Amino acid sequence: MRIEIVKRPQHSALFSALSPFIALFLTLIAGAILFSILGKNPVSALYSYFIEPLTEVWSIHELLVKAAPLILIAVGLSVCFLSNNWNIGAEGQLIAGGIAGSILPVMFPDMQGWYVLPVMLLLGMAGGMAYATIPAFLKVRFNTNEILTSLMLVYVAQLFLDWLVRGPWRNPQGYNFPETVQFNASAILPEISSASGRAHWGFILALIAALLVWFMLSRTLNGYEIKVLGRSSRAGRFAGFSAGRLTFFAFLISGALAGLAGIAEVSGAVGQLRTSISPGYGFTAIIVAFLGRLNPLGIIAAGLVLALSYLGGEAAQISLGISEKSARIFQGIILFFVLASDTLIYYRIRIVSRAGDAVAKGA
Amino acid sequence: MTGTTITNGSDKPLLEASKLTKIFGTLKACDEINLAIGTGEIHSLLGENGAGKSTLVKMLFGALQPTSGDIAWKGQKVTVTNPAMGRSLGIGMVFQHFSLFDALTAAENIALSLDERTPLDTIATRAREIGQAYGLPVDPEALVGDLSVGERQRIEIIRCLLQNPDLIILDEPTSVLTPQEADLLFVTLERLRSEGKSILYISHRLEEVRRLCDRATVLRHGKVVGQCDPRSQTAASLARMMVGNDIHVIDRHPAEAAASTQAALLEVRGLSQKPRGPFSVSLHDINLSVRAGEILGIAGVAGNGQGELFEAISGEVLQERPDIIRIRGTDAGRIGISGRRKLGAAFVPEERLGHGAVPDMSLTNNLLLSRHSTDRKVFLTGGALRLVAERSLALATSRIVTQMDVRKSAENPDASALSGGNLQKFLIGRELDRNPSVMIVNQPTWGVDAGAAAHIRQALVDLARSGSAVIVISQDLDELFDISDRIAAMVHGHLSESVPIEAMNRERVGLMMGGVDHSIAPENAGTI
Repeated sequence: MRIEIVKRPQHSALFSALSPFIALFLTLIAGAILFSILGKNPVSALYSYFIEPLTEVWSIHELLVKAAPLILIAVGLSVCFLSNNWNIGAEGQLIAGGIAGSILPVMFPDMQGWYVLPVMLLLGMAGGMAYATIPAFLKVRFNTNEILTSLMLVYVAQLFLDWLVRGPWRNPQGYNFPETVQFNASAILPEISSASGRAHWGFILALIAALLVWFMLSRTLNGYEIKVLGRSSRAGRFAGFSAGRLTFFAFLISGALAGLAGIAEVSGAVGQLRTSISPGYGFTAIIVAFLGRLNPLGIIAAGLVLALSYLGGEAAQISLGISEKSARIFQGIILFFVLASDTLIYYRIRIVSRAGDAVAKGA
Repeated sequence: MTGTTITNGSDKPLLEASKLTKIFGTLKACDEINLAIGTGEIHSLLGENGAGKSTLVKMLFGALQPTSGDIAWKGQKVTVTNPAMGRSLGIGMVFQHFSLFDALTAAENIALSLDERTPLDTIATRAREIGQAYGLPVDPEALVGDLSVGERQRIEIIRCLLQNPDLIILDEPTSVLTPQEADLLFVTLERLRSEGKSILYISHRLEEVRRLCDRATVLRHGKVVGQCDPRSQTAASLARMMVGNDIHVIDRHPAEAAASTQAALLEVRGLSQKPRGPFSVSLHDINLSVRAGEILGIAGVAGNGQGELFEAISGEVLQERPDIIRIRGTDAGRIGISGRRKLGAAFVPEERLGHGAVPDMSLTNNLLLSRHSTDRKVFLTGGALRLVAERSLALATSRIVTQMDVRKSAENPDASALSGGNLQKFLIGRELDRNPSVMIVNQPTWGVDAGAAAHIRQALVDLARSGSAVIVISQDLDELFDISDRIAAMVHGHLSESVPIEAMNRERVGLMMGGVDHSIAPENAGTI
């Protein structure tokens, strides 16, 4: 017996639209099965995972805090993925942005004023861009595989950050904790509504980024170029578009947005640099990008859903006594079902029995 | 149009389809088609593109399932669920677009479609035997990438014959062959017929159908519109059946006498180019010039550097020096494709889907593909933002659709949803719409039905007569003789001197395509 994947002659527009919802539904079912195997009541477990975090104002703020970097990064990744540039290293670009943006508050803590924060954000974007240039350059110049190079650079960035906050940037008055100084007030990204919760302006920046990129993709020649080259490099060359230039463009945009996510996280949610500044936002954003169908508006919704999985993980840890790593499991299951639904919309599975095979060879 | 069945062997037809229907969405691709193929006959399936030929054949071969209707094989009703089952019944298929891997040898390619446990030596031996028996000489150890198109086709046919089929389906087999190669193929097919094999022969070349086939079934709009003995028909009467009315004869009013004194609009001087990949052809010292008002036809068997020449002239590949390509008096060798378009040149590549058009993009979006730089003022707004002006695009698209008679199923369908002929009409119309002064077209009517082909050829002639310089690269000699003012041939990356149409005949162009005509510099001919 052999299993084949066969392309469907035509695909259903209805199911294409429904695919993310089908994936989410299947994730819930898989989650319920998982919880019952762990001996928990699946209904109450799913409730505390996915509903409870939405019942309190403060936890909705937490949701926005977590959604901000996911949306920012995923919006940038959508540009990459649509143009056939597989940037898997957003986590590294986030860290590079976090580090570059922290130069002012860590090295020049006396600098205070309205200009500090904008400069930090710009430096953060520049850091992410610079870091994303490396895989782009290697791809264009040496034809290296950007999946490998961008991924490997993540670990370089993580170790560099680790060295930095344990070494030269460690807070001298910090009792040897591996942390930098606390940022001063003018280096902190303010809360949207400090009375009700922690959500900071990073979320607003994410919404603005999503709208701008959506506009670029759907209305401008740039967006057209991205879509043409992503679908057919030969037709793109015929149109006079340069694939190499677009690779740089896509990596620079996604690097800038990942860097912005990094510095927004550091200056908005944390307030200092630590050895780890992200619970894998750069990787989870890949799931967000695909769940949002590589459409920046869809990505806003998908970012909220995936942010919920982080919150649910924390909630489940408290109320169910399950490891918060279960959030990663949920994220993995979501990606699995998203990709599976998308694949099955375009392809169908055919099982070829040995007998039929033998007949085919009969002649 | 005779209703009686002509069979050379038994009374029962080998394959009989009755009321075969296939519906895609709202489109009836095949509508109650009846088809009977007798033992030992060469049966021709004629029809325009989009007439339902491919759909019908795919159902016979098991690649598609009919919506309704029956297929009887040797008198037994069968349901062919997949191509493997088709093969096991004894139906073999040679596709128009070869499904061979360049990087594998002929024998390895054959092995891929057979029982994987057959040793390669056995396959090579059997391939050699079959090749000898049927006049299909092929070296089983040769890499497919190094073989000519004719040789590749032989591999496909041998692969098909190895499965010992009773019915062989050939989809436009001569469209890639020189006249001489086609003659060899006909000998093979006649030998197969004499052994009692049946052949379903799909072609739009009416002359060869008349010469080769015992019977013809003509399809139009998914319906059988006639069955006949092609030998008792004329090419014109067959064409009339296919298209439903008389084919428009190309009106090739002579080029103005003044044309010969006009300055050249496109000049290529000493273009040489190394191969850009393992299976690409190098170009050797190519020189040509085309004046306003004339069409230069470039003949040649596929894979002799036509694609490379096209990409060099279009600017998809740049030259070493600016003066190698001159467009309207400007050195353009270092200018990219957008810049060359702005100089007034227009390009239509051979590959429609994936080169000339993005398959899963709409027609309006595909219009923008080649026009965004030349017609920036019309199709882009918002200054530096470069917003896409959807409304202007829609207007221009509907103008082209009307002008070129593009038939489509939806308001703004994806390029891949159009039939080959209609997409080609659109792609040619996309360029004609901006009145280019230089136009180069590669294989303008490849796989295009007779009606659309006539339309396209007339449009090219009219463009030239209106004062543009046109290059048509084509494997279809009928086409080149129909529209060219001069013909040159490409072989192994060399371009022959061009010969005025008055001094040209089929034999001579066939020799030029084979590289043995004196007009190709002898010291260069034959090198790859």
